[in-house]
Amino acid sequence: MSHTPEHSATAAAPAHDEHSVEEIKKHVRTYLLIGVALMIGTVLTVWASLIDFGSREINIVIALVIASVKGFLVAGYFMHLISEKKMIYSVLIFTVFFFAALMYLTLWSTTPESLIHIR
Amino acid sequence: MEIPYAVKPRPDTGLYNAKLGIWLFLASEVMLFGALFSSYILLRVGADPGTWPHHWLNIWLGMLNTIVLIASSVTVVLGWAALKMNQFSRYRIYQGITILCSLIFLCIKSYEYRDKFHHYELPLKNGKIFDGHIVPDKTTKDVITLEGRQVDLHSELMEPPKAGFVPEEREIPMADIDMKGRPLWMFTYGPWHNTYTAIYFTLTGLHALHVIGGAIVIFMIWGPLAKVWKEDPERYTNRVEVSGLFWHFVDLVWIFLFPVLYLL
Repeated sequence: MSHTPEHSATAAAPAHDEHSVEEIKKHVRTYLLIGVALMIGTVLTVWASLIDFGSREINIVIALVIASVKGFLVAGYFMHLISEKKMIYSVLIFTVFFFAALMYLTLWSTTPESLIHIR
Repeated sequence: MEIPYAVKPRPDTGLYNAKLGIWLFLASEVMLFGALFSSYILLRVGADPGTWPHHWLNIWLGMLNTIVLIASSVTVVLGWAALKMNQFSRYRIYQGITILCSLIFLCIKSYEYRDKFHHYELPLKNGKIFDGHIVPDKTTKDVITLEGRQVDLHSELMEPPKAGFVPEEREIPMADIDMKGRPLWMFTYGPWHNTYTAIYFTLTGLHALHVIGGAIVIFMIWGPLAKVWKEDPERYTNRVEVSGLFWHFVDLVWIFLFPVLYLL
C-alpha cells in the first residue's frame, strides 16, 4: 500500500467554508463526548434490564427509551442530522411517516379490536 | 462530459450527488429493517404465554459488541474530521481502527452463532428433554454427549437456569432420542429451532451482511483507493463521509437490536 502524504497548506484544503478547522476541532470534542455517552447508555441499558421493576413492560419501555436516546445521538451528531440541509429533511420526513405508519399498523394489529387478530 | 455535482454541492440543495444518494438509500434501509422489527413485534406479541424465550443470548458478549460498534462509529467520524483538517495519516489510523472493530464485531458474532449451532434440545423417548451443548470429543455415531440439563417440559427451557446451576454431562445413546424422522442437526438452536431463533438469525444475519459490506467499502477507500486523496481531496473526503453515514446507520440498527434480542 503506497504511503500518501498529507497535502501542503497551499493545496486545496478539503474543509468547506462551513467547516473551518477550528470548528472541526470543536466538533471532535463533541464526537468524543457523544461516544462516551453512548457507551454509558449501553451499560445503563444492561443494568436496567437486570432490575426487576415489577413488570416486564417497564423494562421494555426503559430499554427502548435509552435506545431511542442513543439513536438520536448517533443520527443527530455522528450523521449530522441536527444541522443538515433541508433536502435531507424532506427525504427523511417521508421515511418517518411510513415507518410510523408501519409501526402503528403493527401495534394496531395486535389489539383485540383488530380484524387481523385471531385470538 | 463531466457529471455535474459529483464533488461540489448543487447550489439549490447544498448537496453533492452521492450524499443525496446515500440518504435515499438509507431511507429504504429504514423500511427494510422496520419490516423485520415489525415481524419481531408480531411474533412476540402473538406467542402463547410462556413460549417466548428470555436471556437465551449472552448479554455480556452483546454488550461488548455494542461497545465495539460504538467505538467504530466514533473512529469513523474522527477519521472524516481528520480529513477535513487535512490530516491524512491520522485519518488512516482512525479508519484502520474502524476496520479492526468491524472484524472484532464479526468474530464475536461468529462465536455466538457457533454456540447456537452446538446447542441441542433433544426429546428423549422417556418423555423428558435434555438440553445442552455438545461435547464433540465424547460424541460418536451412536452416542451424543451433551453438557446441560434435563427438564420435564419444553416451557422450562424458556427461562435460563437459576443462579448456581451446575451443568450435567450426559452420554445419550442415539437410540434413546425421539428423532421423529428428523436429522440430528434439526435439534440445534439454529434458525429452524423456533420463531425466536428464526427472527434472531434473520435480523442479526442481515445486520452482519451490512457490517461486512460497510467494512469492505471503508477498507477499499482506506487502502486501494487512497490515491484519490492526492488527486482530488474533496472527492475523497466526500467518499469517506458517505461510507461513514452508512456505517453510522449500521451502528444505529444495532443499538435497537441489542436490547430487543438480548435483554427483553
